[in-house]
Amino acid sequence: MNRQSLSIALTGSGGSGVMTTGNMLLEAAAQAGWYGFMNRSAGPQIRGGEAAALLRVSTVPVESPDDSFDLVLAIEPASLERFVAEIPMRSDSLIINDAEGGRRGSTLPETPAQVVDLPMKNLAKAVTGGRPNMIALGAVAKVIGLPVASIYPVLEKTLKSKGADALKASWACVQAGFLAGEELPDIGGPPVNSELDRERWRITGNEAAGLGAIRGGIRFVAAYPITPATEVLEWLARSLPTVGGVLVQAEDELASINQVIGASFGGTPSMTATSGPGLALMTESLGLSVCSETPVVVLDVMRCGPSTGIATKSEQSDLNIALHGLHGDAPHLVLAPLSVTDCLFTMQWAVHLAESLQTAAVVLSDQSLGQTLAVVDQPADLAFFAKRCVPEDFEEEYFRYAVGDSGISPMAVPGQTGGQYTADGLEHDEAGTPSSLPEDHFAQLDKRERKINGFDYGQYWAELEGSGETAIITWGSTTGPVREALSRLRGTGEDIRLIAMRLLSPERPEDMAAVMKGVKRLLVVEQSFSRQFHRYLRAAYDLPAEVRVFNRPGPLPFRPNEIIEQLADWGKAS
Amino acid sequence: MSEITNRPKHFIRSAEELLAYSLALETEAVERFNDLADQMEMHHNYDVADLFRKLAKIESFHVDHVNQASEGKQLPNLQAWEFEWEGGESPEGGLMGEAHYLMKPWHAIELAMHGEKRAVAFFRHVAETATDDKVRKMALELAEEEEEHVALLQKWQERFPKPEEGWDEDLDPPAMLE
Amino acid sequence: MTDNTACTLIKPRQYKSDVKPVWCPGCGDFGVLGSITKAFSGLQIQPENAAVISGIGCSSRMPTYLSTYGFHGVHGRALALATGLKIARPDLTVIATGGDGDGFSIGGNHFLHTCRRNPDMTYIVMDNQVYGMTKGQASPTTESYWEKSKLTPSGTGINPFQPLVIALASGANFIARCSSSDTNGTARIIMEAIRHPGFSMVQILSPCVTFRPEQREWKNMLIPAPDAMQATSDSAQAARLLLTDEGVYTGILYVGRRPVYQPKPESGITDIKELDEEFRL
Repeated sequence: MNRQSLSIALTGSGGSGVMTTGNMLLEAAAQAGWYGFMNRSAGPQIRGGEAAALLRVSTVPVESPDDSFDLVLAIEPASLERFVAEIPMRSDSLIINDAEGGRRGSTLPETPAQVVDLPMKNLAKAVTGGRPNMIALGAVAKVIGLPVASIYPVLEKTLKSKGADALKASWACVQAGFLAGEELPDIGGPPVNSELDRERWRITGNEAAGLGAIRGGIRFVAAYPITPATEVLEWLARSLPTVGGVLVQAEDELASINQVIGASFGGTPSMTATSGPGLALMTESLGLSVCSETPVVVLDVMRCGPSTGIATKSEQSDLNIALHGLHGDAPHLVLAPLSVTDCLFTMQWAVHLAESLQTAAVVLSDQSLGQTLAVVDQPADLAFFAKRCVPEDFEEEYFRYAVGDSGISPMAVPGQTGGQYTADGLEHDEAGTPSSLPEDHFAQLDKRERKINGFDYGQYWAELEGSGETAIITWGSTTGPVREALSRLRGTGEDIRLIAMRLLSPERPEDMAAVMKGVKRLLVVEQSFSRQFHRYLRAAYDLPAEVRVFNRPGPLPFRPNEIIEQLADWGKAS
Repeated sequence: MSEITNRPKHFIRSAEELLAYSLALETEAVERFNDLADQMEMHHNYDVADLFRKLAKIESFHVDHVNQASEGKQLPNLQAWEFEWEGGESPEGGLMGEAHYLMKPWHAIELAMHGEKRAVAFFRHVAETATDDKVRKMALELAEEEEEHVALLQKWQERFPKPEEGWDEDLDPPAMLE
Repeated sequence: MTDNTACTLIKPRQYKSDVKPVWCPGCGDFGVLGSITKAFSGLQIQPENAAVISGIGCSSRMPTYLSTYGFHGVHGRALALATGLKIARPDLTVIATGGDGDGFSIGGNHFLHTCRRNPDMTYIVMDNQVYGMTKGQASPTTESYWEKSKLTPSGTGINPFQPLVIALASGANFIARCSSSDTNGTARIIMEAIRHPGFSMVQILSPCVTFRPEQREWKNMLIPAPDAMQATSDSAQAARLLLTDEGVYTGILYVGRRPVYQPKPESGITDIKELDEEFRL
């Protein structure tokens, strides 16, 4: 039985190497011509805790978890318990379990799935230096129809640093597991196509964001580690210097954002990456970026809030603070990528916009995009690059904050003779001298708002698909499941519109009105408890008469069938 | 670091050096009085602002005077901190600290006199410690000139009443700005 | 330089902007402004190649009064702004200015870490042991028994912060204390501070005549440190002086040789397309 898509979970604990196994499986699948992705879930221990690798492989690119898992491999039974809510199963799902894998007498939690036993621990013991997770890898490969040969190069690459013996032992285990898998039911995965002639990548959302930043022109980063953004910084720490940039680990988020503003003032496109708690700390200084008109980009890889929340899980609940967290009237940019690949474009575009508009751009990614490793088609390279408006000459007296038509005033770079000015968070006149006069405050407020509202953002403010009287509007990582749901519905003849917003601030009333033309029913989909996105839409836009909201906080991802259910009894007559 | 730890005691050894000191003194005085005039204007103390402007103007005449006396001579070009004033500060130094936004004309002239008196003391000291006759003679002349300035200022000050107690009373509390 | 027709040299007053300071007459910051301009002139720094960065407070208004580039940032974060700027633009002369509240209260964390990081910049703190801008509260350097603030009418009861001790312990490479009334001496020290590599910390005692008028007496109380202790590179000796001098010694009190923080990008810059390689299947 061949499927187009297969969802596989591997669970284990106490150092069983589940994540590494998952990575290898995804890599082998990719080499076999499949697309897919993997995310991770874990217990609170730094090491040795419960771990789950959650994979989906497919013949076509996928951006969403499926409705349920087809195959679960539990290296030891108790490890599945923690993850049951995240691993929905059907009655025809299969769990391969090692009843002897963990503590004596431990059992699997209740699930609807079929269970078969595979003595991975014992099989591994038969190989010198053998490990159960390698047995598992071989068994899974067999069961899903992945040729065992595709695993060897992956093993070699991953284990070469551990020496020839480790490689030999692991390969022996994989082969043993593959052999043992012949006794197990055949799940049947996507057809193998090693001759796929397209350029494909394997990348996480966090890495994609880093690459997008560099492509956009970022050459200075100051940051403080925070889950789940730290990988962005780690990737940039090694990649930035190779292209002439610098990354500084600052003492806290307040130092980070201010160092970024300082470097930007010096002429270098600069950014930082953080999560909700860090963004909250930065809001005062983001106001400084806006008022002094010094461009910065802040990537917020969102996690469950409020406060410390659930650091390792995704949510879309920083929308409020991104939009409204700055004190005073401080218009700025808020963008959000729609998929792992889109993290690259959205960051690149954000850098371009922030630099062009001399303002702060907050990019709202989230944990499910940031920490998901995906096999994707090579991302397009759209030519958006930092291009700051810099004065060319100073024949006339230079006014840094000259009001002008577009609201964008040329920004002198230190070193330019005649361009000296003092950037200020105090309200100021056109020369930059602090001013409390009403006409100056009004003029500068108007300038800062006008430059952002009047800019031509082109087609990228949202992704639009379909037509029809029913529409779904969403943003960020929920776009993946929504898209898949709509794709299924299209397959049954239903045409439902998708509006996936990439640019959340400034508001685009005209663009939205054009998009909403003819829409009678609107489903809002978002991952927040208090419906932050819905409230934002109501405040900013005219919505159709019938609006439904499908919202849920983290930690569980949305799945396509849930979206379809929401539409089930709604306006079917169209 | 040798510039700091091994600063030589700079005894004035030549007329040129003495003139350089005199020029620095007068030039600084012009700047100080203009700065004080600006400060008074900023704080709407116009009478005293005008007075400081006049003092700046008078000092600029002194600058011209020293420049004339220096004609044909090559004065050493010393940095501000290379001058070895008694106590390390020029006679003008520290005067800014005596300003007050409500100061009266009497105070302004008092401030100027402090400067002139210290200049007198300085030139007298140079005269006393000079090893060169020309230097001694010039120092004495300069001291006398400064004494004349003191006398002029004294007379000028007599035109103004000595401020009574409560001159610095401001019924309003300080403003909070940021 | 011994010619007296040095008309191409930049004079101190050319470093002043057209904006007239709003500080109270008598404020020590006027002296500091004079010292900074003299120091710039002494070094002949082009105004466009210098940047003065500040936070919030009376002394943080300094950048506006200078003709260099400047950034008047938010409270307490001047050192972070300055660090980012210096790392991105090592060619610029970067000075951070501010007061004791901005620098040692809300800015305390950045102060500690910037000393530790030791970037090549100069930090000028105009210490008047009070929060002048917000009407006279105690600052971290205020004596514990000062009772004139409405917010702490019985005094703070807390040990005052000793910034130079902390600077020495944290890694600053140059430590000095000055009096704002000695504009020439202060100018010389600022010049040395700028010249010396690494983080140069200059504490300038600068009276607040409005909230602490008794500080006008400071100029009579501060004395130069003994010659033998000036510009020492012996950190133990400097530590003893700074811990025991009750804040009256002026001069250059420590000159270090600690490594300076200036990350350099790798040589042989990669074409950014090469970054794609690690992601290709």
